[in-house]
Amino acid sequence: MSALTASPAPIDLSQTRRVRMSRLFRVELRKVTDTRAGMWLLIAIGAITLLAVTIFLFAAEPSELTYENFAGVTATPQGFILPVLGILAVTSEWSQRTGLVTFTLEPSRIRIVIAKFLAVVALGLAAVAVALAAGALFNVLGTGLADGAGDWNLGIAGARDFTLLQLMSIVQGLAFGMLLMNSAAAIVLYFVIPIAWSILFSLVGALEDAAPWLDLGTAQQPLFDDHSLTATEWSQLLVTSLIWIVLPFAAGVMRLLRSELKSA
Amino acid sequence: MPTLVYADVALRPMSRPWAAIRLDTMIEVDGLTKAYGQHLAVDGVSFRVEPGTVTGFLGPNGAGKSTTMRMMVGLTPPTAGSSTILGVPYSKIPNPGTYVGVLLDASAQHAGRSGREVLHLGTMLMGLDESRVDEMLHLVGLSEVEAKRRVGNYSLGMRQRLGIAHALLGDPQVLVLDEPANGLDPAGIRWMRGLLRGFAERGGTVLLSSHLLHEIEMIADELVVIGRGKIVAQGSKDELVSASGTLVRSLDLDTLAVALKQAELVFTRTATNSLIVQSTGEQIGRAAAGAGVVLTELRPAEGAGLEEMFLQLTADDARDEVSS
Repeated sequence: MSALTASPAPIDLSQTRRVRMSRLFRVELRKVTDTRAGMWLLIAIGAITLLAVTIFLFAAEPSELTYENFAGVTATPQGFILPVLGILAVTSEWSQRTGLVTFTLEPSRIRIVIAKFLAVVALGLAAVAVALAAGALFNVLGTGLADGAGDWNLGIAGARDFTLLQLMSIVQGLAFGMLLMNSAAAIVLYFVIPIAWSILFSLVGALEDAAPWLDLGTAQQPLFDDHSLTATEWSQLLVTSLIWIVLPFAAGVMRLLRSELKSA
Repeated sequence: MPTLVYADVALRPMSRPWAAIRLDTMIEVDGLTKAYGQHLAVDGVSFRVEPGTVTGFLGPNGAGKSTTMRMMVGLTPPTAGSSTILGVPYSKIPNPGTYVGVLLDASAQHAGRSGREVLHLGTMLMGLDESRVDEMLHLVGLSEVEAKRRVGNYSLGMRQRLGIAHALLGDPQVLVLDEPANGLDPAGIRWMRGLLRGFAERGGTVLLSSHLLHEIEMIADELVVIGRGKIVAQGSKDELVSASGTLVRSLDLDTLAVALKQAELVFTRTATNSLIVQSTGEQIGRAAAGAGVVLTELRPAEGAGLEEMFLQLTADDARDEVSS
């Protein structure tokens, strides 16, 4: 025993590097996909994307079978699932209490937040890539099978707007998840608030003019439509994003940094 | 049921030369306090854990064990006080999983992940070789088939084994385990004793909590006893178990207590209608004779002190399975 306790010098921790962000990112990415819920959500994104373009192929007029439209029909169904992925990426740390392990292996919680943010953005980009690829494939199929117009009319602006939309939804999901720390509450509020909000705007006539400045869905509409946003429309998008994405995100980060992780 | 591995602890040869980098205190807790509103869950808790020991953190449910441990690893911000592991606050340890193995709640794993996947994530994050997964599964006796099952289908005992495997993954020097024996059968507890004993003999340091005295007596050699957020006793198990004192029972305990007080003898009243007196049998006998009280038992306390103290704590805090 005396031999073991002979040198009470402090242990040299300086030789060890902290966990690299690339590793945290890969772990967080894997955590979104390696559970049953995560895996089925990913499968659902792929399946729904294919379903949407397939239905459109057979239901739409041949003149409407263009790349922009094929890509466009995937936006809404993907937009339902991506935020749920964003929400679960963080709420599972609380509902499944894995946060006890996560925040013990990396005590810097802000680094975990950054890793999660990067992971959901990567997933959002992957979903966009799947949508654009499926759209391209079906545009080709459309010309062959359904005498479709087959225009390659999405353009850089269209791809940009589409990507922006999907990333906004998944990041907003992450923000709601951090803020509410509860899967069910975050998912319900994510979908109910826009509905309640639009009802409010349609009921109160005086608010109609303010809608593009306050309602994210209204401000996002030009991203679906003509891909040539005016300066005002960009400003409206910015303001509504601040209100509905940046603000919840900031508040969510504050909550996550301060909360206590309880066992049992 | 997992396959039990009773072989000697199969920890691999140490990858780090521990002996060269020793501290004389591996864990130091200094005045940790946690208040929830008016309630002090942890109230000025201080203790030290030396290298090469298994220290039991003993207390009834709700005594503040888990809260203290969470504060030690930075999951719960303390209201006051501080703690260090390996000489620094836990949050300052780089890649902490490779220095300190932590198991706070074996059930705090995603039910939808397999046991193997849980360990795989750990190796990814800590930057370890994937071979550690199989080594640790083997060490804790989880079979290949069990490792592929989802944690949601595990028994508590299997989760504890997985949790121990996860804590040991990074080949740490310190283990902090909250109720690791909970859910293990007696054979499992014996297995864990062997595992932790081997770990300590190699120079590792273990702090483990339990609300069961007999469990901790089996595993630990140092004890820190906590009740209602305060440390009520600490020392080596031998010291505490053979705590000096004389146990005395009487037909009239109240009169005896008055007599002992008059004789200026120090004593505590136990939950089982006896007194533990810090005096010899003769002194007690004289005091009793003076008061004309009949004694029914008079003998050295022999560890009854620790047990009585613990029963007292438990009786005082009798709560229905409210965990700390």
